[in-house]
Amino acid sequence: MDVVYFIVQQTMFFMVPLLIVALGGMFSERSGIVNIALEGIMTMGAFTSILFLNLTGKFMSGQMQLLIAILIALATGGIFSLFHAYASINMKADQTISGTALNMFAPAFAIFVARVIQNVQQVQFVNTFRIESVPILGSIPIIGPLFFQNTYITTYIGFLILIISYIVLFKTRFGLRLRACGEHPHAADAAGVNVSIMQYAGVFISGALAGLGGLVFVVPTSTNFNATVSGYGFLAIAVLIFGQWNPIKILGAAIFFGLTKAIASAYSGIPFLVSLNIPSYLYKMIPYIATLLVLIFTSKKSSAPRASGVPFDKGQR
Amino acid sequence: MKKKHLDISGFLSSILAIIIGLAVGFIILLICNKNQAIPGFQTIITGAITHGQKGIGQVFYYATPLILCGLAVGFAFKTGLFNIGASGQFTMGAFGATLIGICIKNLGQVHWIVALLVAIIFGAIWGSIPGILKAFFNVNEVISAIMLNYVGMYLVNWIVGSWKIGGKQVLFNSLRNESYNVSQSAIIPKWGLDKLFPGSSANSGIIIAIIVVILIYLLLEKTTFGFELKAVGYNKHAGKYAGINEKKNIILAMLISGAIAGLAGGLVFLSGTGRHIEIVDVVADEGFTGISVALLGLSNPFGVLLAGLFIAYLQSGGFYLQLFSFSTEIIDIIVAVIIYFSAFALIVRLFIMRIHQKNENKEKKLNKSDKKRGVE
Repeated sequence: MDVVYFIVQQTMFFMVPLLIVALGGMFSERSGIVNIALEGIMTMGAFTSILFLNLTGKFMSGQMQLLIAILIALATGGIFSLFHAYASINMKADQTISGTALNMFAPAFAIFVARVIQNVQQVQFVNTFRIESVPILGSIPIIGPLFFQNTYITTYIGFLILIISYIVLFKTRFGLRLRACGEHPHAADAAGVNVSIMQYAGVFISGALAGLGGLVFVVPTSTNFNATVSGYGFLAIAVLIFGQWNPIKILGAAIFFGLTKAIASAYSGIPFLVSLNIPSYLYKMIPYIATLLVLIFTSKKSSAPRASGVPFDKGQR
Repeated sequence: MKKKHLDISGFLSSILAIIIGLAVGFIILLICNKNQAIPGFQTIITGAITHGQKGIGQVFYYATPLILCGLAVGFAFKTGLFNIGASGQFTMGAFGATLIGICIKNLGQVHWIVALLVAIIFGAIWGSIPGILKAFFNVNEVISAIMLNYVGMYLVNWIVGSWKIGGKQVLFNSLRNESYNVSQSAIIPKWGLDKLFPGSSANSGIIIAIIVVILIYLLLEKTTFGFELKAVGYNKHAGKYAGINEKKNIILAMLISGAIAGLAGGLVFLSGTGRHIEIVDVVADEGFTGISVALLGLSNPFGVLLAGLFIAYLQSGGFYLQLFSFSTEIIDIIVAVIIYFSAFALIVRLFIMRIHQKNENKEKKLNKSDKKRGVE
């Protein structure tokens, strides 16, 4: 049973950032803007928020410090993503180009600034955020050790974001308009929706969530930030597509990816898997190969937002 | 007439993007350290040439993979595909070359040629997978190529790290934590470039790269096949209507693109300058830089050549930045800003075309009013 607890806890650490970032990507793509810059935005969000943890480490600690860091990550990601929004919406630029530029900019910027401030590129922080056991809930048998022990507040924030995303996207006027902009912006425009504003909102939300995802990725798995989020932004794009742009399916995809990632990184601690004697590289490759297979079976009738990636031109018909 | 305007405006917008990128870089240097900003910036701009022939040789050496990866991405762009998987194809090429370089012996003079050919084939195979998936299953090539970057990287690490025959590592030097040196005969020749640029790592790679640039230019501009590729790139449906086998073209375009990226991997890992396959779970940078090179070079083969040389020039200038309190990442920042602003090319083009159109309209109006007057 301990092994199961261990796997579930590990899976959470890998799954939650993927969930948050993929949901972010969903808002952007649903509004009609492809956001390939998620990786770079994650890096930016992680950088500023962990720099904050580093600088305030002497006189702050615990959940309060983490909550402020979360706000900083959200703000950084949101603001950084506006560059992508401006290029894609106002300048009608190729969205992959500006996304690539952001991806390239972020790690270089993080290393450069870290070196200027503290001479080394790794930003250290002290992890005082682990919750040994959530009061009351943590002592419930089975469920307690599975979900409420050895955890982080960010895990619950991740699930909260999932619920809010679902409601916003499918139950609010804003969500309906956002989806309309991604499917048929001209129809939305004709119905009086300001397409630019909706797309700005979509990209901003995606940026904020990606920034948060960067922090959420680094905190449980490391004690320093080395200007990279190890391709998690790209993986989140895969989760988004695997999840067919739908919050609930994205959750499923994130669980699958998180599980294989957790197994790949921690399989040596699981006696059953060690006895199977499967090379660790196979576990590392599974998420990517599985995505390819799913794409093969689903791409013929993809449910991607129809206008995603196409600059909106009011005069076009 | 119209095409010429497009070319000029594209070139102008690239120059504009470069100027803005350098300006942003200078401003960042100023903010960080006022006193060293000016000499630091000078080093970026002139660092590569102030170190004489060695510096120039280094530019050529750095430029080789950049040009080829840029060409791989740019070629795919021309055919309407975004090959973000150049990194994976580069890695597979590097693996193929290393494999032949270490395992096969007694090939003598042609060893390096065989190794390069295998690199090309490995890259081509890896590149053709997204092409096949797109042609037959409608899979977005960007996503499948991203996935294949990781699969390729892990696959190579896996094979290199754990392939044993009789308990002995075949490819992996556990003492140095990297792949073994390739045989001397597998190292690509210098073709006199070591004498031309003494002290540098320049080798025949840059000449091969230039030859490939010319070949791709000829393929795209002077052959029916190239015309078909571009036609599908401009408008898939029109191409199909004109009787072009669009599936075959997609696969071949990705295959060629992958082959070029694979060649880049082969040339780097057979250059005998200390590059080995290290088992780190990081996707190769070269493919992503290739995207930048292709974008800056407007996907035109000769544009890509210039862009690759330019970015390599900045990089080798940036190498000497370590003398100051700045880290070399400033170069990546500058390049990123350049790419960002080169994405605005469309607007610059529209702007120039609009001015042009206005002038034409004015002329037309004048002509019309003249005629009217004539009738009266």
